[in-house]
Amino acid sequence: MQINRRQFFKVCSGGMAGTTLAALGFAPGTALAQARQFKLLRAREIRNTCPYCSVGCGLLMYSKNNGSGNAKDTIFHIEGDPDHPISRGALCPKGAGLLDFVQSKDRLRYPEVREPGTNKWKRISWDEALSRIARHIKDDRDANFIERNAEGVTVNRLPTLSLMASTSITNEVGFLTQKLSRALGLVHVDCIARV
Amino acid sequence: MTNHWVDIKNANLVIVMGGNPAEAHPVGFRWAVDAKIHNNAKILVVDPRFTRSAAVADEHVPLRSGTDITFLLGVVNYLISNDKIQHEYVLNYTNASFLVRDDFEFNDGLFSGYDAQKRTYDKTSWAYQLDEQGFARRDPSLSHPRCVWNLLREHASRYTPDVVENICGTPQDRFKVACEMIAETAAPDKTMTSMYALGWTEHTVGAQNIRTMAIIQLLLGNIGMPGGGINALRGHTNVQGITDLGIMATALPGYLTLPSEKQHPDLQTFLSTVTPKPLVQGQVNYWGNYPKFFISLLKSFYGDKATPENDFGFDWLPKWDRLNDFMYTMSAMEDGKLNGCICQGVNVLAMFPDSNKSTRALSKLKYFVVIDPLDCETASFWENHGEHNDVDTASIQTEVFRLPSSCFAEEEGSLVNSGRWLQWHWKGADVPGEGRDDGENIAGIMMAVRHLYENEGGKAVEPLLNMSWDYVDPEAPSAEVVTKEMNGRALADLMDANGNIVVRKGQQLSGFGQLRDDGTTACGCWIYSGSWTEAGNQMARRDNADPSGLGNTPNWAWAWPLNRRVLYNRASMDPMGNPWDPKRKLLWWNGTAWTGYDVPDFTAAPPGSAVTPFIMQSDGVGGLFAQGKMAEGPFPEHYEPMETPIGTNPLHPGVVSNPVVRIMKNDDNFGDPSQYPYVATSYRLTEHFHALTKAAKLNAITQPEAFAEISETLAQKVGVKAGDTIRISSSRGFIKVKAVVTKRVQMLKVNGQEVETVGLPIHWGFKGETVRGYMVNRLTTAVGDANTQTPEYKAFLVNVEKA
Repeated sequence: MQINRRQFFKVCSGGMAGTTLAALGFAPGTALAQARQFKLLRAREIRNTCPYCSVGCGLLMYSKNNGSGNAKDTIFHIEGDPDHPISRGALCPKGAGLLDFVQSKDRLRYPEVREPGTNKWKRISWDEALSRIARHIKDDRDANFIERNAEGVTVNRLPTLSLMASTSITNEVGFLTQKLSRALGLVHVDCIARV
Repeated sequence: MTNHWVDIKNANLVIVMGGNPAEAHPVGFRWAVDAKIHNNAKILVVDPRFTRSAAVADEHVPLRSGTDITFLLGVVNYLISNDKIQHEYVLNYTNASFLVRDDFEFNDGLFSGYDAQKRTYDKTSWAYQLDEQGFARRDPSLSHPRCVWNLLREHASRYTPDVVENICGTPQDRFKVACEMIAETAAPDKTMTSMYALGWTEHTVGAQNIRTMAIIQLLLGNIGMPGGGINALRGHTNVQGITDLGIMATALPGYLTLPSEKQHPDLQTFLSTVTPKPLVQGQVNYWGNYPKFFISLLKSFYGDKATPENDFGFDWLPKWDRLNDFMYTMSAMEDGKLNGCICQGVNVLAMFPDSNKSTRALSKLKYFVVIDPLDCETASFWENHGEHNDVDTASIQTEVFRLPSSCFAEEEGSLVNSGRWLQWHWKGADVPGEGRDDGENIAGIMMAVRHLYENEGGKAVEPLLNMSWDYVDPEAPSAEVVTKEMNGRALADLMDANGNIVVRKGQQLSGFGQLRDDGTTACGCWIYSGSWTEAGNQMARRDNADPSGLGNTPNWAWAWPLNRRVLYNRASMDPMGNPWDPKRKLLWWNGTAWTGYDVPDFTAAPPGSAVTPFIMQSDGVGGLFAQGKMAEGPFPEHYEPMETPIGTNPLHPGVVSNPVVRIMKNDDNFGDPSQYPYVATSYRLTEHFHALTKAAKLNAITQPEAFAEISETLAQKVGVKAGDTIRISSSRGFIKVKAVVTKRVQMLKVNGQEVETVGLPIHWGFKGETVRGYMVNRLTTAVGDANTQTPEYKAFLVNVEKA
């Protein structure tokens, strides 16, 4: 006996005869009674940390792809991590908008250059960007590097190039940044910890 | 933070001063509310504005922005005068009993040793009297006139309730309420926690604001206690980590110093200068291990190239000539002394003081490299956006590169929260478009420059090519490998005193206690040692069990140092090892060692020994008197903001503002109160994060447009009603915003005059999804704290007119 959910309730409302139907095993097919499948079930769950203030709230990010090798993960939902001992699943109004940061229309998508005196950005390749940047740094460094000061002390510094570091980079990127800075001989080095 | 976020629930009193966590750190603030609900705690907010933190506080006490030291030294005076002191703690764990040199003085606003020409101090006299062996003289009876206790009492005695009211504008009855609440925590089993943020640091006396609270917490016995401490609420996800890693002009990872050309010409001189000697016999003086930390860092930097014969590559480090902090750098840039700048996720125009000056400076650069996930104002400083960025594009000859980078969701690694927890996070998606993650961007520049040097040769090849970069993919080093490098590893079998192998060659170290100064260990950041051991990634741990009930969750992530959750925790017990509060027992002596719910911040010295808890200090105690460390004096003193609405310092009219503040050429453009009569202070709203979230649609919807908060009395005075557009100007520039007329800011009576406060949220600019607007930093001054060079954003002068 095939019976859908609506018919099942209709029969049941008829009285005692109806209620026995269920007891006899004529329950409706489960798929018919089910809502659309919960979207997060097929998503990949990734643990992350909120990038704004430094409470360090736990995040659960959900990304989805179809499992085929050439599909890219897309994050479509971010929420608080209920296991996190500080945030216990909560996010503040800043953190509640995180998905709109990830998906912001202002995200940069390719390397660009603004040539001196011009009024627009021009798309360039990574090769061009990095080789032009490296050329600037090398020319600057070769011209202005100080190996010894007037007293003959080895000082190995480059006083004409500065580096301003982010405070949202990871420790690991921070360590690479420290190594790059001192390898180049930079002393105009600072981060934005204080502003 | 000495403590951590969840620990705030253990407090009996939460003082919020110099911060507004309910709006700037909302989820962390839940633990202050938790303390109120479950620990019967009180919340006290001291702030010029009636913030949302104040809205849930038991008491809100107002003060004029920039007068925190007066308020807090008033509290010190109250505590001493009314004997609200944790005596046993003060006598045993602070330098109250230490004798100070006879030539130390304080007269009319200046400490001994001031050089008016150089605007600096010779700090020689700011020191203890030493005996023949070089140890500090002490008087445990506290009766000697030169002991720290009596000097502090005398210094603070000037800060009477009258003086507090006159300088801060705090009514005396309100001040008394605050004093009484604070004083209750002098009981050994009561604690106060201090929550502060940039509301304290962004003053020319910022570091001294914090020191004054540290003095109070020591007098009350609240340092080292669960629910106590001095808790800096960091403002960005990895401020703590990037500071730990020393990405600053004169720093190296783990609070080591970059050598200077004057004091540290060679390794031996450097190590002997920076390594402290104990000032009290038998104290731990943990910084005595400096050579182990430093040599291990050099081995991490230079690998096999670092040998004892070449001083482990000491000469390859750049030696600094002066403090090139970002404010100095921007001035030098404005003067045309720099050619290039690599700007990694820093919105210079929005974040640095005096944005008009920033634009002039960036316009002088030859090349400017911006690494950023977003289209931000700084990379586009040359774009003309009408009144919001009115520049002459064609005349700006800077070549600007913009490299697309990752956001948090597209990368892996560790971040350090305010409570010193290193938490690992995982990548969820690729960087959009052709973007590369932050690490690839840095590595890309490093490798491109190296290739040129390898192919062409050039100047100073050794420092560049000897820096270790032996990653499997040098263009994209993995977070795992780099973090293991920071943790450190053995370069040879490490033996204990009996010749037993403790760590095998190549193994990860389990903590900085294993570091050596002979080149047999490498460690990139000694305070992170223990974060990725042979047992794996400690930062990725996710067990939130809380065995003590005090919220320490020792197996959730990993805290530096050594997974210690409460710093100075030996001070949570009396000298015999009994907890000051049995309900908050963190540690105990098990007969042979200290053990408990936290990692002991101490040695194996048994209860009752003469070893004192502040093991990082060469004297072993908490400093009521700061020997030679602070720029403006060993005790705090009230100095007016550089732009003061009252034009004088009622305590000493001859020394109005901080006498050692650095004022650079072109930055002495201070406004006079006759033209700019109102005190401006900048801050964040709960819906936005600095200049970043204007790019996020949801945040932009919730707070779409720039505004300023002014009082009803000021609105009336300048003829403005709510919703009007107002023009706010300083001697550096102007902005136009909407007026919010509110009771949240109030006029205060200060030194016989009426002082108004203008509140300036900072979240808008000429990019993003919000209504386009001006950047608040067009108004601010490029002078900073004399110790840290943190700009004075919280107290400067403006005028307000109807636009």
